[in-house]
Amino acid sequence: MHTSTDSLPLLRTLAVGLLCIALMLLAGAAMPAWLTFLLTMAAANGLVSLGIVLLMRGGVVSFGQGMVFAVGGYTAALAFGKLGITDAATLAVGGGLAAALVASPFAYLIARYRGIFFAMLSLALSMVLYGVLVKSPELGGSDGFNMGRTTIFGLQADDAWRGYVGYAVTVTLTGFVAIIARILFDSSRGLVALAARDNEIRVEYLGRSVRTLIASNFVLAAFIGGMGGALAVMALGHIEPNFSYWTTSGEFVFVAILAGHHSVLAVFIASTVLEIVRSFSSLYFPNTWQLALGLFLLVVIRFLPRGIGSLWEARRKQGERQGEPQ
Amino acid sequence: MSTVKQFALSARGVEKRFGAVVAAAAITLDIPQGQRVSLIGSNGAGKTTFVNMITGYIKPDAGEISLHGKRITGLAPRQIAGMGIARSFQIPQLYKELSVMDNMAVAIACQPGNLSFWRPAKNAATIARSAELLERFGLTSQSDRLVSELPGGVRKLLDIALALTRQPKVLLLDEPTSGVSTEEKFPMMDIVMRALEQEAMTVLFVEHDMDIVQRYADRVVAFYSGRVIADGTPDAVLDNIDVQRHVTGTARQEEK
Repeated sequence: MHTSTDSLPLLRTLAVGLLCIALMLLAGAAMPAWLTFLLTMAAANGLVSLGIVLLMRGGVVSFGQGMVFAVGGYTAALAFGKLGITDAATLAVGGGLAAALVASPFAYLIARYRGIFFAMLSLALSMVLYGVLVKSPELGGSDGFNMGRTTIFGLQADDAWRGYVGYAVTVTLTGFVAIIARILFDSSRGLVALAARDNEIRVEYLGRSVRTLIASNFVLAAFIGGMGGALAVMALGHIEPNFSYWTTSGEFVFVAILAGHHSVLAVFIASTVLEIVRSFSSLYFPNTWQLALGLFLLVVIRFLPRGIGSLWEARRKQGERQGEPQ
Repeated sequence: MSTVKQFALSARGVEKRFGAVVAAAAITLDIPQGQRVSLIGSNGAGKTTFVNMITGYIKPDAGEISLHGKRITGLAPRQIAGMGIARSFQIPQLYKELSVMDNMAVAIACQPGNLSFWRPAKNAATIARSAELLERFGLTSQSDRLVSELPGGVRKLLDIALALTRQPKVLLLDEPTSGVSTEEKFPMMDIVMRALEQEAMTVLFVEHDMDIVQRYADRVVAFYSGRVIADGTPDAVLDNIDVQRHVTGTARQEEK
């Protein structure tokens, strides 16, 4: 049975999401170039962390999302350079699809593992890709290669608007993925994934395969991460094997832990925080910026063990329980 | 000769060993539809092993288990659940970080056709079904509480309510009153049995309290060292000298 009241949360999520996208697009027009670039990177990288959060909700953490980030980035850059595809949205979706395709054969295998084994296996996959990329001169080897300017709807922005157009494309696509992620988190499938994190045995005894659930989340996370990689390479104009290096994967995990697994918005806030801390720390104490990052994470873990999202998610849950929309 | 199709649940020569320990020795049981069967026995007698083999948690070394004539031996728990066997646990297996209503929503979402990428977990149909089941178990007032805040008896009831969401053909209750105070045992079992009255299902419950067994079981199966040592009506089984010696301990008291 499906009633019209079931559509209300969907419509509310859609409305709030579209409003956020519109506000970000408006605000972007008034922002300095450095800030639009910072937010573009935060949104693109945030997508990869959102994939990790999706996996975290099912009880596993991937320490190798650099793999899908790199696959998405290389796919977009190669499609641009070799196939002549210049449309930013097509390249972003193509990057996501390529990453999902690469992740698919491993999904069911890796879904057998939990905890540190899942994390290490995913890390191993990303480092294998790193090794392949470094040793592939046709892909630019350890230096990588450059990517030119993309278009949107067949148009190329002039120099003055280039940064903003890249920002607008990234924010819009990221916004749509965030809306879909929120709908997924609130769906029956999202709740079962959360339950599997809490008690896997019970989910199996209620008739669902946790392995299938984690495998499908792994592929979804790969798609989202691949899109992030494609958007990042479009903003940077350059791709290199470091996209798949373990420290890159570590930063995505850092953002996911900072955000917690309850809120989609928190992922992008955490990603922005990371970009800000990285930018300012590397400017004022270039040799010790990782130290600042580590201290910041310690403070968050100490005072917000469930992540930034717990600041407002607890209130939202309480409101839901009392039947009040928040 | 009767066929296993006549029975809701049928076990034929089921065996299980853990090293030198015999947990199940050629267990053969036929349980008709709608019967309430209590499995009794001292600790380590093989009751829970038998339940675990029925639900697929443990694979038998030999023998066959069937549900309405369909072989279920060796299938995974989720496949067996899909065929119509549900269970509750000695230690309730719940989602501690979620509310009672969310726990019900998970159980309902796990049913075939209910898992959706976009449909809200707490949709109108799910809320209505959850509310109906929670009311049957007297848990309506608890629906917004987190499971981690619930007392033991309420957790037991919720564990059974979760199992019922699938409308199973066979329900297995592993020590439904363990950890519940003496005063609460009978009211709790009254709630459970009243809730089950509306379902024409077969119920197997593992139990140590003989008063509960006598009051709620149609049939009692007594286990000792992995073997069935008595099978019949509650009065007949509890009067059995072997049962008194190995299970209830009443024979020893009389001998003294």
